[in-house]
Amino acid sequence: MDFGFLTQPAFSGGGTYLDWVFSGIKWTLLVSLCAWVIAFTLGSVLGVMRTTRVWWLNLPATAYVELFRNIPLLVQMFIWYFVVPEIVPKALGTWMKQGMPMPEFWSAVLALGFYTASRVAEQVRSGIQSIPRGQTHAALATGLTMPQVYRHLLLPMGYRIVIPPLTSEFLTIFKNSSVALTIGVLELTAQARTISEYTFRTFEIFTLATVVYVVITMAVVVLMQLLERRVRVPGYIGTGK
Amino acid sequence: MAMIEFKNISKWYGSFQVLKDCTTQVEKGEVIVVCGPSGSGKSTLIKCVNGLEPFQSGSLIVNGQSVGDKTTNLPQLRAKIGMVFQNFELFPHMNVTANLNLAQVKVLGRGVEEATEKSRALLTRVGLIDHAQKFPGQLSGGQQQRVAIARALAMDPIAMLFDEPTSALDPEMINEVLDVMVELAQEGMTMMCVTHEMGFARKVAHRVIFMDRGEIVEDAGKDDFFGTPRSERAQQFLSKILHH
Repeated sequence: MDFGFLTQPAFSGGGTYLDWVFSGIKWTLLVSLCAWVIAFTLGSVLGVMRTTRVWWLNLPATAYVELFRNIPLLVQMFIWYFVVPEIVPKALGTWMKQGMPMPEFWSAVLALGFYTASRVAEQVRSGIQSIPRGQTHAALATGLTMPQVYRHLLLPMGYRIVIPPLTSEFLTIFKNSSVALTIGVLELTAQARTISEYTFRTFEIFTLATVVYVVITMAVVVLMQLLERRVRVPGYIGTGK
Repeated sequence: MAMIEFKNISKWYGSFQVLKDCTTQVEKGEVIVVCGPSGSGKSTLIKCVNGLEPFQSGSLIVNGQSVGDKTTNLPQLRAKIGMVFQNFELFPHMNVTANLNLAQVKVLGRGVEEATEKSRALLTRVGLIDHAQKFPGQLSGGQQQRVAIARALAMDPIAMLFDEPTSALDPEMINEVLDVMVELAQEGMTMMCVTHEMGFARKVAHRVIFMDRGEIVEDAGKDDFFGTPRSERAQQFLSKILHH
């Protein structure tokens, strides 16, 4: 393997191929992190809605989850990019196609964020529902209202319980961000493919891309472990201490 | 007027009736022990008092407020009624002091300092002031249950409900919890206790309610109950738990 080509000036545009790689990393991180913000906040709200017994909260959240997790991510990506601008009010559609900056980027963020939200919602729901009913009873018995019970008991404990599966989801969002190349986001995988086409260094460039993905995801794993350690409940079963 | 008044309370889970026409009352300062075989509806009955279990027919008046009434502010009512559970149900992610402070601050609107002062006084009273900064998972069952009692008392309740407070404890920890309960009873706290601790009933109860299959079979003064319970079912039950 020879990675020397990376420092050579790229075939088109300025800079070297290494600059292309860094640009790809930047877009991978941007798409993933922006999508995660949507996935985590929307997913949390939906997850909580699914745990309530109020039908007008529960039903829409259930419908959302079933819709978004049952359609392939790739299809959702295409829908956000090609279909949504056609079905929204005309002025908005025109703006999305012509005026909006970085339409591929935002389509990818929305598609990935809304898709992952359905998965986060299920995890938040399962975390909350794994807390014994007696806990809710005890909290209610002290006079707390149901929203207060969520705020002070169900959410803090529920999130702690689902840190491991949420970590997986957070990792998956970085890996799934590569699907954004299909609508033209020049993220890491797209850049690797382009570089491979220009240089025929397919083996090297995809090895590099692989290493970069692993480094990113390992960093996420370490961060989440730090978080888990920080919020560990002393003496609580399953926290190992 | 009685502090807690059940009138013809019935409750169904689907077609299964868990409470059948239950009528009884608890006067201010009275200590009532509710006993009976498992599945007889004891826990369900006392969880009706603070609205944790809804019921379908009858009326239940607590401190002059109707629990079943949709306009009743349940959180406000619950804040005045302390409850202790079989499995302690302390909040695992909060230390002992925070467990005691939470509702004081969030429900009663006390300041953190005032709440902490109250909490520390109660922890001293149940003998756990040295554990004020520990988490529930670091305490024994008996200690956790005493914290749970202190948590309920921190709200200055007008009555206390106990749902099998010693059933999940190792035998040697039962007494430390019962001692706290006896002390409370002797101070004149209104108490409704689901328990099989007949020693406790003998010592401090005013009345004993015996339930079977959702019905109140026996509702008698302590001496009558232990002397000559009228129903055969209650006699059987007593003979089983008293002589083993």
